[in-house]
Amino acid sequence: MKYDLIVVGGGPAGLAAAKAAREAGLTRILILERDKELGGILNQCIHNGFGLHRFQEELTGPEYAGRYLAMLEGTGVETRLDTMVLEVTPDRRVCCINPRDGYREYEAASVVLAMGCRERTRGAIALPGSRCAGVFTAGAAQRFLNMEGYMVGRRVVILGSGDIGLIMARRMTLEGAQVLACVEVMPHPGGLTRNIVQCLEDFNIPLYLSHTITDIRGSGRVEQVTVAQVDENRTPVPGTERVFDCDTVLLSVGLIPENELTRQAGAQMDPRTGGAQVWENMETSIPGVFACGNVVHVHDLVDFVSAESERAGRAAAAFVQGSAGQAGPVLELQAGQGVRYTVPQKLRLSQVEKNAEVFFRVTRMFGPARVQVRSGEQVLARFARDRMAPGEMERIAVPRVLLDKADAEQALVVEVQEETP
Amino acid sequence: MYDCIIIGCGITGAAAAYRLARYRGRFAVLEKSNDVANATTKANSAIIHAGYDPAPGTQMARLNVEGNRQAAEICQKLNVPFRRTGSLVLAFSEEECRTLDELYRRGVENGVPDLALLSGAGARAVEPGLSDQVKAALYAPTAAVVNPWEYALAMAETAVKNGVELYLEHPVTAIRPVEGGYALTTPRGEFCARTVINAAGVHADQVESLIAPPGYRIHPVRGEYWLLDKSEGSRVRHVVFQCPNRQGKGVLVAPTVHGNLIVGPNAQPVEDREDVGCSAQGLAFVREKARKSVPGVRFGENIRNFAGLRATADTDDFLIGENPAAPGFFHLAGIKSPGLTAAPAIGLEAVRLLQEKGLALEEKADFDDTREHVVFRELSAEEKNRWIRRDPRYGRVICRCETVTEGEIVAAVHGVIPATTVNAVKRRCNAGMGRCQGGFCGPRVQAILARELGVDPTEVLMDGPGTQVLTGETKTGGGHNEV
Repeated sequence: MKYDLIVVGGGPAGLAAAKAAREAGLTRILILERDKELGGILNQCIHNGFGLHRFQEELTGPEYAGRYLAMLEGTGVETRLDTMVLEVTPDRRVCCINPRDGYREYEAASVVLAMGCRERTRGAIALPGSRCAGVFTAGAAQRFLNMEGYMVGRRVVILGSGDIGLIMARRMTLEGAQVLACVEVMPHPGGLTRNIVQCLEDFNIPLYLSHTITDIRGSGRVEQVTVAQVDENRTPVPGTERVFDCDTVLLSVGLIPENELTRQAGAQMDPRTGGAQVWENMETSIPGVFACGNVVHVHDLVDFVSAESERAGRAAAAFVQGSAGQAGPVLELQAGQGVRYTVPQKLRLSQVEKNAEVFFRVTRMFGPARVQVRSGEQVLARFARDRMAPGEMERIAVPRVLLDKADAEQALVVEVQEETP
Repeated sequence: MYDCIIIGCGITGAAAAYRLARYRGRFAVLEKSNDVANATTKANSAIIHAGYDPAPGTQMARLNVEGNRQAAEICQKLNVPFRRTGSLVLAFSEEECRTLDELYRRGVENGVPDLALLSGAGARAVEPGLSDQVKAALYAPTAAVVNPWEYALAMAETAVKNGVELYLEHPVTAIRPVEGGYALTTPRGEFCARTVINAAGVHADQVESLIAPPGYRIHPVRGEYWLLDKSEGSRVRHVVFQCPNRQGKGVLVAPTVHGNLIVGPNAQPVEDREDVGCSAQGLAFVREKARKSVPGVRFGENIRNFAGLRATADTDDFLIGENPAAPGFFHLAGIKSPGLTAAPAIGLEAVRLLQEKGLALEEKADFDDTREHVVFRELSAEEKNRWIRRDPRYGRVICRCETVTEGEIVAAVHGVIPATTVNAVKRRCNAGMGRCQGGFCGPRVQAILARELGVDPTEVLMDGPGTQVLTGETKTGGGHNEV
């Protein structure tokens, strides 16, 4: 049987893409999810703060997922749970296994890749020390606490100030653990400001910026960690070491889009995002194969994942229905000064309706500044910002009428200009 | 009374047990850890050396070359990942070029086949990632890479299948002579044997001193490593060495049988015989050394660092023989590199020593020299479906990085030498070995272990004693989520 659309991954991105594709008229849609339920990582995010943009309400993770599950109910969208996708081919065959059906191959007129991301590990940051138990990524700890009902430790030091680490600082505290410190190697926090306030400050958990863990000691479990200040090159400064007696280290040191299937399929990747390069409609370099959510670039807010993924779902429907626009001028986006990456990486002008939405992250903290979109010497658009932080994704909507003025021979540069007081 | 008891089930003890298992008799292995291959054997360069390093005429030279030959055959019979990659030793100076000449001469004398000296350009032609500073290289096509812990596990499993008794968590704490042999004390009872083989690795001298002055001392030398993602796994095709120095074979860059890239080790003498931690300085040293050979290695793709201890004795050769003050008490000690390579040949030496001692070893007619090991992801689509139909748990992928199924994990927990810890599962079927390092599958493996072992999840160990993964239940309590 051939599907109109196969969605790989039933987390927030996959659910939103399937919903939008269904609303846009596709009927034979299949979601493949490796877990035993839909919702992805939202299921273990039992804290609130989801949905403020998308639903103008504050929801928990499972509630947010529930909204999308309710929207999919009765639509005929098929789901296979407990199913692992092993391969996606460039001609859109999807190979997967599960205990019931065994190894299967499905054909699809379009594919949406929505595999999400994974956490950076102790190895990824080459964190030295003993080979003891008690070192967890924050997300793994979150699963143990919120899904399985088990504590991973009693005295905790958190390395990294990513959002999951901050959330877990609060969660562990509420469960009776003592969180001794949150240690961040950068001079600015990695996570959202609201999480710094609500998860650390409200619980008197000290945040050490420009610090890192230099050693972990323990024969069975973790017994001690050494924390030191770092200089501007992120090198530990001798003499600044302080030792914490603890049994647990949680790591919240970044997320990596999970793109093994994407690479295997041969899609062009962007080394800056770790995700596939995408067009304005979230299509990868492989026609009919779309990607959305954290598999493309790591988001801070699920609300934006949903919005992006609904665009991908609508685009997949347009592709299948043959209503995708004709080729026209192509603009290549370039991350300029102060900008780490952009998504999308390329625009087909003919596909842009009123606005082209561009997501990006800044390279450092900015006070009052302007984001400008430049084609050669010509500045097409400017957007004022009071402050920008690397931990918070930025979004601009560039009007089509302005993009029409761009020179297709030149890269479209997105850059930050600091305002001089 | 046992005919022979082997102390230690690393690669050396496992090889001795495997070689003895072919004969009639009562044999046992006492291992202090809760798994086999759980010290030096699991933390080394995973190389089957060609044999040009050791000085000609030494036991090390002979056993290295013999062990290299035997490894391929054993790995094929016992289903152990083994790949003959060949190796290159690089020279960066005129002096090092002379070292290569010397290694070549040694190699020929040691009986290493097909050695060749290459120019810098010649080396880069077969290994394009090499530095353009490389002036010459020694090429040894018989060098290979292996999965070291599976190699030891496979030999130990085969020994057990053929009647050798393996006792895990049985550290030997005292030894005394008894009529016709020795009595070995462990916290779980006393074992008597006519002969004893000490294969206690970094603890060999301590174990031996329980019965007599050992006559040697082990000075552990720690080596630290980087293990890089499969995205870097084809950075080199050969094992790439630098010129050896007094401390060891220097920093190497090599592919692994799993498709990763391994980089290391340094050589740091340590006092603590359990100190397998890594240091920032040690890792930085290894990284910089490796870049000298292969400048393009992307260390940002690192997935794990680890360290292992070389069981270096205060002699240049392996120590294989009988303690002069304790007749029938033998040691296989000081088994530093190339110990992994030499292991099966050392195992044969152990058999010879026992025979010389008068132990009548009669071959069994029914010795089973095979081992089945299913690696699901390597199966064809039809074979995958056959396994899933037989046991649906083979259709449930638990470790997504390495595509390891629940069926494989359950099989590991109920194997010939059962896996009882998270790391033991990892060593048997690779779950948690990949780029997410168990971030995703860790809680699931934990739950499967608890279920299959019939214990509470809070009792499940990551590795050795005291390595509980969980410290208790949350306020609402555990056990809500079925695997």
